[in-house]
Amino acid sequence: MIHSAADIPVWAAIAVAFFLLVGSGLALIGAIGFLRLPTFYERIHAPTLGTSWGIGGVMLASMIFFTVSSGRLVFHEILIGIFVTVTTPITFMMLARAALHRDRAEGNGNVPDKQNKSQVAQDVLGVNEPGNG
Amino acid sequence: MSAIILFSAVSIAQLMLAAAMAIASVRMFRGPRAQDRIIGLDTLYINAMLLLVTFGIGTGRVIYFESALVIGMLGFVATVALAKFLMRGEVIE
Repeated sequence: MIHSAADIPVWAAIAVAFFLLVGSGLALIGAIGFLRLPTFYERIHAPTLGTSWGIGGVMLASMIFFTVSSGRLVFHEILIGIFVTVTTPITFMMLARAALHRDRAEGNGNVPDKQNKSQVAQDVLGVNEPGNG
Repeated sequence: MSAIILFSAVSIAQLMLAAAMAIASVRMFRGPRAQDRIIGLDTLYINAMLLLVTFGIGTGRVIYFESALVIGMLGFVATVALAKFLMRGEVIE
């Protein structure tokens, strides 16, 4: 099923072009930031620009284009949007934890030490463990 | 008129996404460590997925959506497996 680009109205073409350029421009900005930022823990923030509004803009453009050109409501692109929005924080959190684990194991970089639970309880609650006197 | 607007916007968007894929693959080859390469791979497949959806808008075919969905799901599983491997040294314990 092929929908021609010539038979959609001008306002829909302008909306599709706007969202397409916003999405791909944000994806490009995220990739440039990913190349230029100095440390890993700063670099991990940059590609999320492409996975939040990069995905959102391109999927909105696709939804508007196919809805207008086929004459019925098409919104199955929202599946990809929801899936990527849900899964990106999971992958990046797991990668950041793995990188923290590796940096701690090798002792390089100035990463914070691992806190054990009794220290957290003392710091937060002001409670002393029974064994500590 | 609308065909000209759409054609130019799709062309510029494809160039931008291809540049983003090139930058992500530069980071993937340069490193310096394994986690940087994994995030480079993640950025690479996200941008490839966006490029496929843009191809779908340009050609007017619905079939590109399905390949983009498959790339998104398999890429998530691959990145999680690689992160688990970095963390534990094995994927399935």
